[in-house]
Amino acid sequence: MLSSLRISQIYVLDQDQAIDFYVGTLGLEINTDQDLGFMRFLTVNVPGEPDHQILLEKPGPPAMDPATADEVRSLLTKGRTGGHLFFTTTDARKAYEDLRAKGGVEFTQEPTEQPYGIDFGLRDPFGNHIRVAQMAPAPS
Amino acid sequence: MTRAVEETNRRLLRARDAMDLTYGRALDITTLARIACVSESHFIREFRATFGETPHRYLQRRRVERALYLLRCTDRSITDICFDVGFASLGTFSKTFHLIVGESPSKYRRRGEVITVPTCFAMAWTRPSSFGEDDRAMTG
Repeated sequence: MLSSLRISQIYVLDQDQAIDFYVGTLGLEINTDQDLGFMRFLTVNVPGEPDHQILLEKPGPPAMDPATADEVRSLLTKGRTGGHLFFTTTDARKAYEDLRAKGGVEFTQEPTEQPYGIDFGLRDPFGNHIRVAQMAPAPS
Repeated sequence: MTRAVEETNRRLLRARDAMDLTYGRALDITTLARIACVSESHFIREFRATFGETPHRYLQRRRVERALYLLRCTDRSITDICFDVGFASLGTFSKTFHLIVGESPSKYRRRGEVITVPTCFAMAWTRPSSFGEDDRAMTG
């Protein structure tokens, strides 16, 4: 019935700052950055994966009333809007070192051996949680 | 006003992440308050107002959550696990474990291996609850 997941969404507090982080630091690329008047439609994707986009949405009017937007921003900065992103990489330890060398990245876990591979965690500047995993080969 | 709440939330989240990251080492309120950029007395009060429990309790639950995992998924001795997860003495570990889990580490261990889920979900969902809705936590 359904064939793919094309766009998923997370909230951000500031879209320019989001570009600095997701493009400048994490190395994603901008897919769409369009001022629709009522909103700035901003999506990014992993390079070479334009069919899996992340919508970086700023909460606020007219989509939601100011009081609700306040609640969303409050939850976001507590790390509780559920904005999890799970990326994969071919070399988790190298990705971690590269990000550490760039500076300013808040890690929530150092690269750790897990039953499913090696992964590490970090937060974006707003409170969203990100994990980067080097997946173990599937058991044959 | 709202901006201030968001900034406080984000700073407290940073300190909470530091607990989740470095639970295996000695952590004191002075260090955590510094990460959150507030005084020690403010830190405890603000953390509780934001996350619903004291920083001490949050850290205890993180340590016990890791101990639960290590008890059931590794062969490490209970003493090793106690120090691995950041407790300074076996007595404190056993007492805290029993208080939170409702049974002793060795009894818990005999239940066998747990199902593996991504570590961030294990951290968030297999932590014994602080919020009273989970009867299992008290009855074992």
